[in-house]
Amino acid sequence: MRRSPRTDLRWSDVTPRASFLSRRQMMAATAGAVLSAMPRTGQAGIATVPSDYSTGEAPNSLADVTGYNNFYEFGTGKDDPAAYAGSLTTDPWAVEIGGLVERPGSYDLADILSGVTLEERIYRFRCVEAWSMVVPWVGFPLSGLLDRVGVGAGARYVAFETLYRPSEMPGQNHAILDWPYREGLRLDEAMNPLTILATGLYGEEMPNQNGAPIRLVVPWKYGFKSIKSIVKITLTDTQPPCTWNQTNPREYGFYSNVNPAVDHPRWSQASERRIGAGLFAGRQETLLFNGYAEEVAELYAGQDLAQDF
Amino acid sequence: MQFAQRLNPFLRRIPVWPIYALAFVPPVWLLWQAANGSLGVDPVKALEHRMGELALQLIVAVLAITPLRRYAGLSLLRFRRALGVVSFAYVVLHFLCWLVLDMGLLIQQAAGDVLKRPYITLGAVALLLMVPLALTSNDWSVRRLGAARWSRLHRLTYPAAILAALHYLWLVKAWPVEPIAYLGAILALLALRKLPRAPAARAAAQLSTTGPR
Repeated sequence: MRRSPRTDLRWSDVTPRASFLSRRQMMAATAGAVLSAMPRTGQAGIATVPSDYSTGEAPNSLADVTGYNNFYEFGTGKDDPAAYAGSLTTDPWAVEIGGLVERPGSYDLADILSGVTLEERIYRFRCVEAWSMVVPWVGFPLSGLLDRVGVGAGARYVAFETLYRPSEMPGQNHAILDWPYREGLRLDEAMNPLTILATGLYGEEMPNQNGAPIRLVVPWKYGFKSIKSIVKITLTDTQPPCTWNQTNPREYGFYSNVNPAVDHPRWSQASERRIGAGLFAGRQETLLFNGYAEEVAELYAGQDLAQDF
Repeated sequence: MQFAQRLNPFLRRIPVWPIYALAFVPPVWLLWQAANGSLGVDPVKALEHRMGELALQLIVAVLAITPLRRYAGLSLLRFRRALGVVSFAYVVLHFLCWLVLDMGLLIQQAAGDVLKRPYITLGAVALLLMVPLALTSNDWSVRRLGAARWSRLHRLTYPAAILAALHYLWLVKAWPVEPIAYLGAILALLALRKLPRAPAARAAAQLSTTGPR
């Protein structure tokens, strides 16, 4: 029997992730002033450019962002995705783009990303459950992809679908929701420059529990609109079915814009708790369109937001 | 039954006071974990939900005592008052977690939620129903009210338990297992009280009330 060479190295010799991350943070801070003007390599390798759409608010820690997730495909607990999403195969990955588009087809993730400039977008993230975070996403505008495949005449909505693979997504073995998860946007919402497809966060590839390898981020809507692990994008002329809206249309509208004046039937949306703020931090006021009114309010001109919630 | 008969003499010798002493352990342990960051990313919700869940578990335990005696012959009646009082204390802590940590003492929004949000209303009613129960959980009150009136008052436990379980079920999105399991357990334990007693159990109960002749 062959024996592996003996070494004196133990697991305790491995630099803890927290330490190397904080070292990187220090190095990044030092280098930041020099590098801020040019494309920079994130903490571990994805090159991104900064974005004017980023908030100046301090992002939540990587532990917050990757340890507290709603991703029912892996279970309903907030820590279920971190515990069970490791088994998800994200390579190979293709997205089927179809419906009212000029160049429909199955697009490999590498094709979708080729020639794309990835940006760092630090966005506020507001969950319909009245908690919030700040997340440094890595992504690119959805409008860029839609332009490349060509929006067909008559297209008015964009429908999205998450992977359905119960063998790797244990939550899909339970009929908690009508799988696969579906979401949708109006075409003008999809084309808004704030709407991105994200392939990473904190300068690294997207962790599985956050919707690897590619997900939607619509920062002025409640988090469940930002569908994860997308395998299908369809342009349609009618409003597409959305999972939570179908599950409970009284509680979850098609638009689901963040709005402190329109309460969830079971709880108030007037305020939110910022995750990671500490035991006694209390609540902060929720902002209309999650603070992105300047960019998106005109999309809804003339609409009654209490009616079209 | 035989197993219970052998167990009962042991149970008689266990003192009740350790229940009150041990009751401090979970909340103190949870607070300690919240303070040093090992309760996860959202310690506020974790504390709040764990306290509510512990209270619900104790309520289930309290409701199990009568069926356990009737159908298994196990006599745990001595521990019921302590378990009930501790469950009330946990409910109060659960309420305080919500008001102070979750709502950040936004009294106006909190009061509005109690009135407007059905699941919070149910929780608040359940808490209020438990107040007279906690206040009369002492020998003096039993003497003062008389056994019959005291037991009638303490049947408030039943609606309080059902409301507490509905409070949990109504809060969650979709239909996860846990709140359904608690509601199921509570309804089952209450239903057992309505079943006609088996002849043997009735005879045994009669024997134990009238004593040997």
